[in-house]
Amino acid sequence: MKRARLLFLQVLVAVVLIAVWHFGSTVKVPAGIVSQKAFYPLDPFFFSTPLAVFQRTWRDFYTGVIWYHLGITLLETALAFVIGAAGGVLVGFWFARKQMLAAVFDPYVKMANALPRVVLAPIFALWLGLGIWSKVALGVTLVFFIVFFNVYQGVKEVSPTVLANARMLGMSERHLMRHVYWPSALTWMFSSLHTAVGFALVGAVVGEYLGSAAGLGYRIHQAEGVFDVTGVFSGMLVLAVFVILIDAVVTAVENRLTVWRPTAAGQS
Amino acid sequence: MGGASVAPLHAGEARHSRAVALSGIRITFTGRGGEQFTAVEGVDLHVADGEFVAIVGPTGCGKSTLLNATAGLLVPSAGTVAIFGEPLSGLNRRAGYLFQAEALFPWKSAVDNVAIGLEVAGTDPGEARARARDWLGRVGLSAFAERYPHQLSGGQRKRVGLAQVLIRDPKILLMDEPFGPLDAQTRQIMGNMLLDLWNAERKAVMFVTHDLEEAIALADRVVIMGAGPASRIIGEWRIGLPRPRDISEIRMEPAFHALHREIWSALRDEVVKGYRQAEEPA
Ligand SMILES: Nc1ncnc2c1ncn2[C@@H]1O[C@H](COP(=O)(O)OP(=O)(O)OP(=O)(O)O)[C@@H](O)[C@H]1O
Ligand SMILES: [Mg+2]
Repeated sequence: MKRARLLFLQVLVAVVLIAVWHFGSTVKVPAGIVSQKAFYPLDPFFFSTPLAVFQRTWRDFYTGVIWYHLGITLLETALAFVIGAAGGVLVGFWFARKQMLAAVFDPYVKMANALPRVVLAPIFALWLGLGIWSKVALGVTLVFFIVFFNVYQGVKEVSPTVLANARMLGMSERHLMRHVYWPSALTWMFSSLHTAVGFALVGAVVGEYLGSAAGLGYRIHQAEGVFDVTGVFSGMLVLAVFVILIDAVVTAVENRLTVWRPTAAGQS
Repeated sequence: MGGASVAPLHAGEARHSRAVALSGIRITFTGRGGEQFTAVEGVDLHVADGEFVAIVGPTGCGKSTLLNATAGLLVPSAGTVAIFGEPLSGLNRRAGYLFQAEALFPWKSAVDNVAIGLEVAGTDPGEARARARDWLGRVGLSAFAERYPHQLSGGQRKRVGLAQVLIRDPKILLMDEPFGPLDAQTRQIMGNMLLDLWNAERKAVMFVTHDLEEAIALADRVVIMGAGPASRIIGEWRIGLPRPRDISEIRMEPAFHALHREIWSALRDEVVKGYRQAEEPA
C-alpha cells in the first residue's frame, strides 16, 4: 500500500518533469504576450525534445551501437570499484592496526585525498594510454579513499566492551580480525558502498569524457562536439538508468550482507 | 563492625581453594592531562572455589574496576591478583566475564554469539552450535536462537550473554550488574535462574550489584565497598541462609530481614562517612 503510493509519487515527478520539458520545447508562446516574436520556452536547439531523446536512445539500443559503449563503461566501473575497494580495505585494516604507520602517513593521505582527481586524468592518460586503464585508475583514486576512510573508522570504532568480551572469550588476534574487526569494518564500508560505486562510475565517465575512443562519456563528448543536444541528453538518460540499475544491485547485496542491522523502523 | 569479621572468615581455608585472591590492590587512572585518580586502594578480597560473593557499593566506587583487574583487563597500580594460587599475568583464562555494558557481537545471531567461545577454542562449528542451542534452552531462549541482539530485549540480551560466558565452563564467573537495567520481577526470575545454574555447577562468583537485598538473597558472602575516590572494602558478612534458595521467598524470611537490618545499620554510617569524605575538597 505504502510502497505503491510511493512508487506512484515517484513516477508522477518524472511525468511532470517530462511534460514540462515536452510542452516547453514543442509549444510556442504566441507573439505579443512576453515578447514580440513567438518562441519556444525551452528552445529545442538547446534542450532538444523528450520525444527526440527517447527516439535516439531507442535507435541506439535497437541498432546495438550503444551496447559496446555501455559494456566498456561497465567494465571500467567494475574494475575501478573492485581494485579501489580491495586496496581501501587492505590499507584501511593495515593502518588501523598499526598506529605508527597511520600517524606517519596521515598528512599525506589527507593531501592526496584533497587533490581534485580531474587534474590526474591527463597524467593517467599519459602513463596508461587512452584505453580503459587510465579510466580505471581515475575511478580507483576516488573509490580507494572512500573505502579506506570507512574501513579505518570501522576498525577503530569497535566498542571497547565488545573487544574486551571477545578477548575474554579466548579470541586470538586472528579471531579478532575475522569475528570482530572485519564485520565492523564491513558495516562501515557498506554504508559508503553507494557512494563508492557512484564514484567508480564518475571516474570512468569523466575519464572517457576527457579522452578516449569508447564508453558513455566518449559518446556524450562526441555529441557535444557537434552540438548534438539530443545525443547529449540521450547519453545522460542512458547513464541515469545505468546508475539506478547499479544502485539497485548494490542495495540487494547490502541487504544480503547486513541482515543483523536494525532497520530504521526497528523491525524486520 | 563488619570489618572485624574479615580475618576469621579465611583463617581455615587452604591456599589452593582460593579461586581469587586480591591483596593490597590499588588502581590509579592517569587522565590525559596527567592528573591522577585513585579509584580503589588497599583492597583485600578472597573468593573461595565455588563461593558466591556479592560486591555492593555506591555508583563510581570501583566495582567494575575491581572486576576488570580480576579479569586481567587492567593491571593494578599496586598489589597482587592471584588466581588459584598463581599470580595473574595477562588475561585471566579461567574467568568468564559478563560485562556491565552491551558486549554481544551485534553482527552475530544469538546462537552464534553463544557458540563463538567454543568455536575459537577449536570445537567443530556444528557441535558448537548444537551446544549453544542447548545453552540457550537453559536460559530460556530456545525460540530466539536466530535473532540478532537488536531484536532481543535487554533482559534477553543479558541471558544470551550469560550463556555465552557459561558455555566455556569458566571456573570463575565475574558478573557486573547483570540484572541492572531490568525490572524487579524479571530480576527475581533471572536471579533464580542464575542460582539454579550455579547450584548445578558451583563456580567461584564475583557478583557486582548496587542492590543490597539482591546481594543477600543470592550470595554466600556480601562485601560492601565505600564511596570513592580511593574506595576500599568497608565490611563483609557471611550469609548463612540455607540453600537451595528461592529469591522471592527468601525475602520473606525473618533471618533475611535480620541480616538486612544488621548490614544496613553498619553500612549506613560508613556510606554517609564515605560520601562526606568524597565531598570534602582534596
Ligand atoms: N579509564 C578510566 N579513566 C579514568 N577514570 C576512570 C576510568 N575508569 C573508571 N574510572 C573512574 O573510576 C571510578 C570507578 O569506576 P567503576 O566503573 O569501577 O565504578 P563502578 O563502581 O562500577 O560504578 P557503577 O556502579 O556506576 O558501575 C569512577 O569514579 C570512574 O570515574
Ligand atoms: Mg560498574
